Amino acid sequence: MKANTPAERLINGIVKENPTFVLMLGMCPTLAVTTSATNGIGMGLTTTVVLAASNLMISLLRKFIPDGVRMPAFIVVVASFVTIVQMLLEGFIPSLYASLGIYIPLIVVNCIILGRAEAYASKNPPVPSLFDGIGMGLGFTLSITCIGAVRELIGAGQLFGAQVLPLADSASGKIGYEPVTIFILAPGAFFVLAFLSALQNKFKLGAAKRGIDPSNPDSCGGACASCGNSMCKGRRE
Amino acid sequence: MEQMLNVSSNPHVRDKMTTSRIMQLVALALLPTTLFGVWNFGLHALLVVLVSVASSVAFEWLYDYLMHKPNTVTDFSAVVTGLLLGLNMPPQIPLWMPVLGSGFAIIIVKQLFGGLGQNFMNPALAGRCFLMISFAGKMTDFSVKKNFGGVIDAVTGATPLAALKAQGFAEGSVPVQNLFLGNIQGTIGETSAIAILIGAVILLGFKIIDLKVPLTYICSFAVFVILYMLFSGMGFDVNYLFSHLFGGGLMLGAWFMATDYVTTPITPRGQLFYGCILGILTAVFRLFGGSAEGVSYAIIFCNLLVPVIERLTRPTAFGKGGKA
Repeated sequence: MKANTPAERLINGIVKENPTFVLMLGMCPTLAVTTSATNGIGMGLTTTVVLAASNLMISLLRKFIPDGVRMPAFIVVVASFVTIVQMLLEGFIPSLYASLGIYIPLIVVNCIILGRAEAYASKNPPVPSLFDGIGMGLGFTLSITCIGAVRELIGAGQLFGAQVLPLADSASGKIGYEPVTIFILAPGAFFVLAFLSALQNKFKLGAAKRGIDPSNPDSCGGACASCGNSMCKGRRE
Repeated sequence: MEQMLNVSSNPHVRDKMTTSRIMQLVALALLPTTLFGVWNFGLHALLVVLVSVASSVAFEWLYDYLMHKPNTVTDFSAVVTGLLLGLNMPPQIPLWMPVLGSGFAIIIVKQLFGGLGQNFMNPALAGRCFLMISFAGKMTDFSVKKNFGGVIDAVTGATPLAALKAQGFAEGSVPVQNLFLGNIQGTIGETSAIAILIGAVILLGFKIIDLKVPLTYICSFAVFVILYMLFSGMGFDVNYLFSHLFGGGLMLGAWFMATDYVTTPITPRGQLFYGCILGILTAVFRLFGGSAEGVSYAIIFCNLLVPVIERLTRPTAFGKGGKA
């Protein structure tokens, strides 16, 4: 697929360089807010909006931002969008705002957003940058929704807040599911993240064995220094 | 002649003791407390222990089979893990819980990190803590529904430690001889200090463990509890001290689980240091923490400190030491 087209950017963000499972970026919200699938979707979409908007803005400003102060400049742009999104969430979806808490302002320093600004948006034209942001954001959303869903299912027997597995009730002797509470506590986040990463590696390595190259070096723009793709053929020694 | 001139790399002097022999002896040493637990708590306790051992061995075999690895069931380490996990369970828990616990212990804590010798914490205790965090209610429910000829005649009742935590120390609440004999509430394997000490003598006799870790563990724990008694204004009370020493999992933990080869420092000074940290942490968890028991959390926490302890206490190589 031709590099830097909108479709290629979307697939790159969701599959090839999935920020959570491949680049291992943004671990703080990934581990902390994924106690339920709903939280995962909320956090993911919030980040997607900020990521797409900041990528577009930084790409538009890339000729005007002096190299020496590019980090403060990126932060100012990202922080402005986070403030907007935070106020919108507080006004229109207060329940989600309450459950995500401190992690919304922390999007400012989310390394996915700064990473894409530095590695992609500051060097590429606006349209691919916008789609890069959307692709990365959707990849992040998909990953943390998966993690949230698995944790919620095992840890509480629920999915998106609905009771999927009927719970056992020892008082009335009803037989049912005993929620493994550790999965909605902090250790569960690490268990699920590790197992889902292992699972996607298995699929990816399986695909590589069948002759499909999952790590087309042309697709990353050559930014090896900021890239965590361990399967990349053009890896720096 | 051929044999004598054969040049091989070291080690040249080998012991007859093998991993599987050591593990068999540990299982043998655990037998007195297992039998006492079954006698004390009834047939369900036996089922819990058997299911725990069987499922541990099954998970070990299954992992080796699925990953195309050499079969490691014969080293008996899975038997010991299962046995310890079973002995760490309350007597009346549903039987699926030891299965879940041993699955976590064997597959996640032990095999995924590289199998025996690579596990970063004691698998049996990690399994117990996994269940403890997930099912706190069931794992601290020590009520025995019917007895099987054991000495317990109370239907409900808390462990001596839980009673200490909830009501404070009441004079003569649990007689000291009961703490030694073990006709008290608790997990299957922890109640009888005498049965555990018989097992400890077996381990010491075969030189499988030495006294460094257990003694420093128990002594530093006792010292901390005595200091706590003196400074909290309750005054020195030997019954309170004995309730803490023999009323919970301290004996089982100190002799059988803190001494696990893989998760204990190999340097002698490190072992003393490790025992002291264990004792202090256990006392802190019990006296100031939220729950009545602290042995298992203290041990797995100290397991994580072992690499640091080993690095700090590394002995100087011959010829490299001394202040020049």
